[in-house]
Amino acid sequence: MKPSLSKSDASDASAAPDGFDASAAKISFRGAGKTFPLKQGEFTALDEVSLDIADREFVTVVGPSGCGKSTLLNLAAGLAEPTTGQVLVDGAVVTGPGPERGVIFQQYALFPWLTVRGNVEFGLKLTSLSAAERRRKADHAIELVGLADFADALPKTLSGGMKQRCAIARAYAVDPDVLLMDEPFGALDALTRVQMQDQLLDTWTRERRTVLFVTHDVDEAVYLARRVVVMAARPGRVHRVIEVDLPYPRTEELRLSPEFARIRNEVWHAVYHQEPAGSVAPVT
Amino acid sequence: MTVLTAPDKRPDKPPAASGRRRRSRTVPPFALNLAALTLGITVWAVATSAHLVDVPGPLSVGSRALQMAGDGTLGEDALASLRRVFLGFALGTLLAVPVGFLMGWYPLARGLLEPYVQFFRTVPPLAIIPLAIVTMGIGETPKVFVIFLAAFLSSVVAAFQGVIGVDSTLVNAARVLGARDRVIFLKVVVPAATPFLLVGMRIGLGASWATVVAAELIAADKGLGYEMMHAQTYYDLPTIFVGLISIGVIGLVMDRLLLRAERHLTAWQERR
Repeated sequence: MKPSLSKSDASDASAAPDGFDASAAKISFRGAGKTFPLKQGEFTALDEVSLDIADREFVTVVGPSGCGKSTLLNLAAGLAEPTTGQVLVDGAVVTGPGPERGVIFQQYALFPWLTVRGNVEFGLKLTSLSAAERRRKADHAIELVGLADFADALPKTLSGGMKQRCAIARAYAVDPDVLLMDEPFGALDALTRVQMQDQLLDTWTRERRTVLFVTHDVDEAVYLARRVVVMAARPGRVHRVIEVDLPYPRTEELRLSPEFARIRNEVWHAVYHQEPAGSVAPVT
Repeated sequence: MTVLTAPDKRPDKPPAASGRRRRSRTVPPFALNLAALTLGITVWAVATSAHLVDVPGPLSVGSRALQMAGDGTLGEDALASLRRVFLGFALGTLLAVPVGFLMGWYPLARGLLEPYVQFFRTVPPLAIIPLAIVTMGIGETPKVFVIFLAAFLSSVVAAFQGVIGVDSTLVNAARVLGARDRVIFLKVVVPAATPFLLVGMRIGLGASWATVVAAELIAADKGLGYEMMHAQTYYDLPTIFVGLISIGVIGLVMDRLLLRAERHLTAWQERR
């Protein structure tokens, strides 16, 4: 499936915070920044980021540690509050977490006392759905991630990849518009990671959602996204936004193609050969 | 030593099939426990019959136990002690759960209650007995009260620690699914804190049992502690032994039962 979005949706990340058309963007960071007070002065985790993510777009965020990529995601999730600027989802300012924005954590964060189905139904139980409807939705999500045979298993019996698939099913079950993924495959082995990426893209093509995916893996960032946001550290900020002009569905051939390699090299260079922050030194 | 080898025979079977490492694992712990017990009783019997120590041997203690069980005193005493423990333990735990969760969940409650909990934790419940007897008389109330205190203090700290130790990612996972405070508390914090609470309850039950016996030593007209105190006046060593062993056995059985309940309730935990 080709991205159904026009190029103009992908506004340049370095554009001024003002003058955005909020209706065009699903997620909109407007000068969103986050500082933490220190004993002396403060630490800037994220320095006024402005970035628009279009509806049903797959955007990955990659950068060195300390670049604020998780902070960026937490702001969109409503798990952290920006100290400057604001984050809009569907034109409304984010003030806290909500079921329309699903979050996948690196540490899976499954409830260990609940079975796979219990975990997946957790969010559904907070809605007014009937038990039968809940069950149907949960089973659909479990099926989607290929865990049908393990619906009644406890998390402790699952492998890392299966745990993360369960967490993804839990997020899918409440049918969020936006999926925020914080290094979801970071703890998995390389082989499982590739499988999880293909599966994620597969489910994403079947049920398109807006995805903001944080990773430290350049290959992963390029393979999944339509746009890669490269961030820089000290202070955390957007360094470059690189378009990945490759068609979906993405396949193994594509992964090994020269075009992929070219974009990968570009992103790699942007991540690992960043010019020093210079004038934008941390506030002390 | 011959007694020791008999129960040891069983674990000797499997090693033929598997390696040395597997052998140490496949030895039923129960067989080892039984062997240790048999050895202990043997040493006790030998030491007393050789007059190495001036205490009654297993035989005289055993016959006294049978006699006390036969005339009903043993059962009556054990029941009296157990009733006090269960009453105090139940009341203490019932109060500890809400108070501990409250302290873990609301910083305000923590700030207000923690000084008292920490203070009374450093005072052994037994030290309250004189005060309890003066203010509550010599009936059941002061004994149940000190047991209540012992059970409450160990459970309340465990429940409180359990709540503040809940993994914040789990709380966040619930929040992003749309859960509000009440649901987070009931569906995430309570189950996540349960293993801590159960450990606290086990410690609390041990403390309660220790306290009841001591409380009966000081003032009672029934109970295992009282029976031992009474026997002391008559140099009745076998009765003291029967009391001691009964206390140990009952305490052990209660602990095992709670451990089993704990294992069952927290079977979802990843154990190392």
